[in-house]
Amino acid sequence: MISQKVAQQSLRRLAVQQPYAMRWSLMNSASPAAVAMGRFMQTRQAATSSNTSDPTKLLAQQRLNRPVSPHLTIYRPQITWIGSSLHRISGVALSGSLYLYATAYLASPLLGWHLESASVAAAFAALPIVAKVLLKGVMALPFTYHCFNGVRHLVWDLGKGITNQQVIRSGWTVVGLSVISALALAFL
Amino acid sequence: MAALRSTSRLVASSKPLFRPAVFARSYATVEAAAQDPNPSEAPRTKTFHVYRWNPDQPTEKPKMQSYSLDLNKTGPMMLDALIRIKNEMDPTLTFRRSCREGICGSCAMNIDGVNTLACLCRIPTDTAKESRIYPLPHTYVVKDLVPDLTQFYKQYKSIKPYLQRDTKTEDGLEFRQSPEDRKKLDGLYECILCACCSTSCPSYWWNSEEYLGPAILLQSYRWLADSRDEKTAERKHALDNSMSVYRCHTILNCSRTCPKGLNPARAIAEIKKLMASH
Repeated sequence: MISQKVAQQSLRRLAVQQPYAMRWSLMNSASPAAVAMGRFMQTRQAATSSNTSDPTKLLAQQRLNRPVSPHLTIYRPQITWIGSSLHRISGVALSGSLYLYATAYLASPLLGWHLESASVAAAFAALPIVAKVLLKGVMALPFTYHCFNGVRHLVWDLGKGITNQQVIRSGWTVVGLSVISALALAFL
Repeated sequence: MAALRSTSRLVASSKPLFRPAVFARSYATVEAAAQDPNPSEAPRTKTFHVYRWNPDQPTEKPKMQSYSLDLNKTGPMMLDALIRIKNEMDPTLTFRRSCREGICGSCAMNIDGVNTLACLCRIPTDTAKESRIYPLPHTYVVKDLVPDLTQFYKQYKSIKPYLQRDTKTEDGLEFRQSPEDRKKLDGLYECILCACCSTSCPSYWWNSEEYLGPAILLQSYRWLADSRDEKTAERKHALDNSMSVYRCHTILNCSRTCPKGLNPARAIAEIKKLMASH
């Protein structure tokens, strides 16, 4: 241990007094020592800047040009955020269609449309069975998903069920439940 | 101690026994790993696509650059791969790293679509799959894999992350805490502020100007939950607006991605409960 220290000290002294001799002597020696002695000091091939007179100005200039790193497009699809965005989308779709239909219903006497329950039901009954099932399924899935996932959100607001395992499990449970119940509603 | 270690190194390796003592000290270098490859093994070449952007050519768009490494000659972690690329293939590749053991939080980046610390992320051994490495999502890029975290640190400062109290203890000694109260800080104090969770949160992507984000809220809860802190009311008041906390829509990417296994989402849920109770 002491011999090591002495050797290190003398090498350091040599490095200070005769840096070139030091570099040459170490040029072809074992790599760990070379690394320690700075032989592997990295050289910058591309200069970061030729003008170092005003670093704050340079920084401000660089800041103007900084790109935003990619986000949505590169993040791995996970039940957490995909499920959350589907919750948002289904909510917007459901409330949007309700508002649209309700407004149209209000305005229908003025515009001469027939949106009363009886005429809508009659129009629906006239559709072929495939269209009926498809249409009902498309309407049912956002509804069931939003409802079941809403329960999940209420549970989270109580501070419960927020471990990773519970979240993943409940997420897929909600997906399964909503698909099954949407199918049941579609074939009702 | 040093002597012991160097001896064992010498016995284990096939290098000449009589190297000078200074040279005998082992350093964790890539070359050291490269010197003892298993010759019987076929090279396992894996391709890494790395996000590149150079501030010196600001008009050039960010691009992905590909590097191929033999996994037999590379350490097990993503950081080993990055360091090897920088040392041996492309010294211009820029990334932050320091401790290589998941305690400094410098090497946080998006690896194969998930935010994590490069030093804690194993290289998937499936060489058929190519790895993609990006900087933390939706951050301003300083260079290559280095994100600008100024806003993140400003937000951390804004929550006053230190013990605040006016009264002294009766005996004038330190502020003591019961084991139960101390236990409330477990899972909170371990956060290393690597920003993996905040930059995984879509809500933080769109609202990082005002929404504090999971990492800062976890820290915020760490001080709200501390039995020694006396400014709980002020801390709650500072959070009592539509943006600071309530942009959290329980997406839960934060807990899913935390490389330290912490649960920022639970901390935010506890904050929301606290805010509702006063």
